[in-house]
Amino acid sequence: MTKKTTEELSKIASQVRRDILRMVHAQNSGHPGASLGCTDFMVALYFKILTKNTAFNMDGKGEDLFFLSNGHISPVFYSVLARSGYFDTKELSTFRQINSRLQGHPATEEGLEGIRIASGSLGQGLSVGLGAAQTKKLNNDASLVYVLMGDGELNEGQIWEAALYGAHKKIDNIIATVDYNRQQIDGPIEEVMSLGDLKAKWEAFGWQVIETDGNDMNTVVQSLERAKTMTGKGKPILNLMKTEMGYGVDFMVGTHKWHGVAPNDEQLANALSQLEETLGDY
Amino acid sequence: MTKYTFTEKKDTRSGFGDGLTELGKSNKDVVALCADLTGSLKMGDFKKENPERFFQTGISEANMIGMAAGMTIGGKIPFTGTFANFSTSRVYDQIRQSIAYSEKNVKICASHAGVTLGEDGATHQVLEDIGMMKMLPNMTVINPCDYNQTKAATLAIADFEGPVYLRFGRPKVPVFMPTDKPFKIGEAIYLVEGSDVSIFATGHLVWEAILAEEILAKKGIKAEIINIHTIKPLDVKAVLKSVKKTGCVVTAEEHQRNGGLGDSIAQVLMQNNPVPLEYVAVNDQFGESGTPEQLMKKYGLSASDIVNAALKAIKRK
Repeated sequence: MTKKTTEELSKIASQVRRDILRMVHAQNSGHPGASLGCTDFMVALYFKILTKNTAFNMDGKGEDLFFLSNGHISPVFYSVLARSGYFDTKELSTFRQINSRLQGHPATEEGLEGIRIASGSLGQGLSVGLGAAQTKKLNNDASLVYVLMGDGELNEGQIWEAALYGAHKKIDNIIATVDYNRQQIDGPIEEVMSLGDLKAKWEAFGWQVIETDGNDMNTVVQSLERAKTMTGKGKPILNLMKTEMGYGVDFMVGTHKWHGVAPNDEQLANALSQLEETLGDY
Repeated sequence: MTKYTFTEKKDTRSGFGDGLTELGKSNKDVVALCADLTGSLKMGDFKKENPERFFQTGISEANMIGMAAGMTIGGKIPFTGTFANFSTSRVYDQIRQSIAYSEKNVKICASHAGVTLGEDGATHQVLEDIGMMKMLPNMTVINPCDYNQTKAATLAIADFEGPVYLRFGRPKVPVFMPTDKPFKIGEAIYLVEGSDVSIFATGHLVWEAILAEEILAKKGIKAEIINIHTIKPLDVKAVLKSVKKTGCVVTAEEHQRNGGLGDSIAQVLMQNNPVPLEYVAVNDQFGESGTPEQLMKKYGLSASDIVNAALKAIKRK
């Protein structure tokens, strides 16, 4: 698993993007924009970076843990979990349907393998990740905790409560990534609620910050590898990752308009024609 | 018949603190988090004896709740501590999503509930917490009545798998519950048997109910007093058994009438045995500053209010 080349990872990402579009299209519901933007990161994480056990166990002792805080990008999460062996890819066809384990936003209630916390109401995942990281320290468990947050999500006050805690308590076994796509539902972040100098903000809160291009597979992998080398040094790590919403589909790139809108039949066909089917559609 | 008396008064929060200290010794998976109220929550001894298992979160209740949820992953049993208001309404969505919906084994321990926190006034006197917490699926809601029961409940919830809301208070109140029986979550305790009226009380109001029973007895009325320490899951069997005998009900709680213990019991009665019910509870008001005794009297939560409610309920039979 860890020997995957950048080229192989990019091929998986192409398939994951197809999954996202097909899942959202099938139910005419879901959030394709940021799912597509975070695909390279999620593929790198699950196919290269994480030491994990796909025989799912909630406690996750001795394995790296990942928490998705911006739960609305569930399509990419579900696809990556299925494609990396947590559950059958056929189940992706049940996304957002009645009686499905693949809820609109991730949930633990139905026992879907790979999900350790419900998310969707924003701002909570960093706290959960810090708690899990704190428990790993208590358990003398050297594996790491990863968290992904949206940038719009940084409007939530709880994130900054968590930021204070992480630095104050020297939680240095956590790598939190911000999907810095500079868009939120009502428009560009600069118009809705400016985040200012995010790097300076996180540094001022006492975090080690790295900046990445989140849509270049090589860079994504390298930055995560680098982040790992920065753990254990008394400071939490923040990976400020610039992405483009809708990345991989020309008419969806760089706009908030595809935040929570599904493509129609024609748009789906157009989008799929831009993405190679590498692992077989579910 | 057992007569309930007391030789000392103690605060229920100290029952929590002492229970937690005991857990520190007996259960190595127990961890405690506190949002800058270690002294008020009586968590100091646990902190002193288990510094590596005590987590000061600062005045960041939302982060504390999220962290507690995360700490369960890997097998810890987190006990969070802050005032009841900041344990519930301030962090309701965090509890709902990260703990209740996610089925996390977190114990939300809430002090200074109700009007009896006294002089701090309405901003701190939460009277809606039982309602909020009992509405959440997966949540167990416990409101013990004295020091002994609070300590016993604290120990019991550590062995129970699942989210729990444990509610207790600030003032020193009579210590009267025997310590010889283990605390059983969801099992109501018959304190006094009677045949004329069932008085279901929770928290600080249990002692008031005992005082009310003595006053009623002098009037020739035999009241049955039942300590409902677990509001959810409610001991429906015990409620119906008592009501079958008495035919009328008084509920007593330091909480809003809307959504409290009384409403839970009314629901059971409506579906099974609709008999007259009178509420002793705060009626759609905020509290205010004052001493606990003054506030109990002004907001209709004292023994005499229970007596009047009982007389009214009996009349309606």
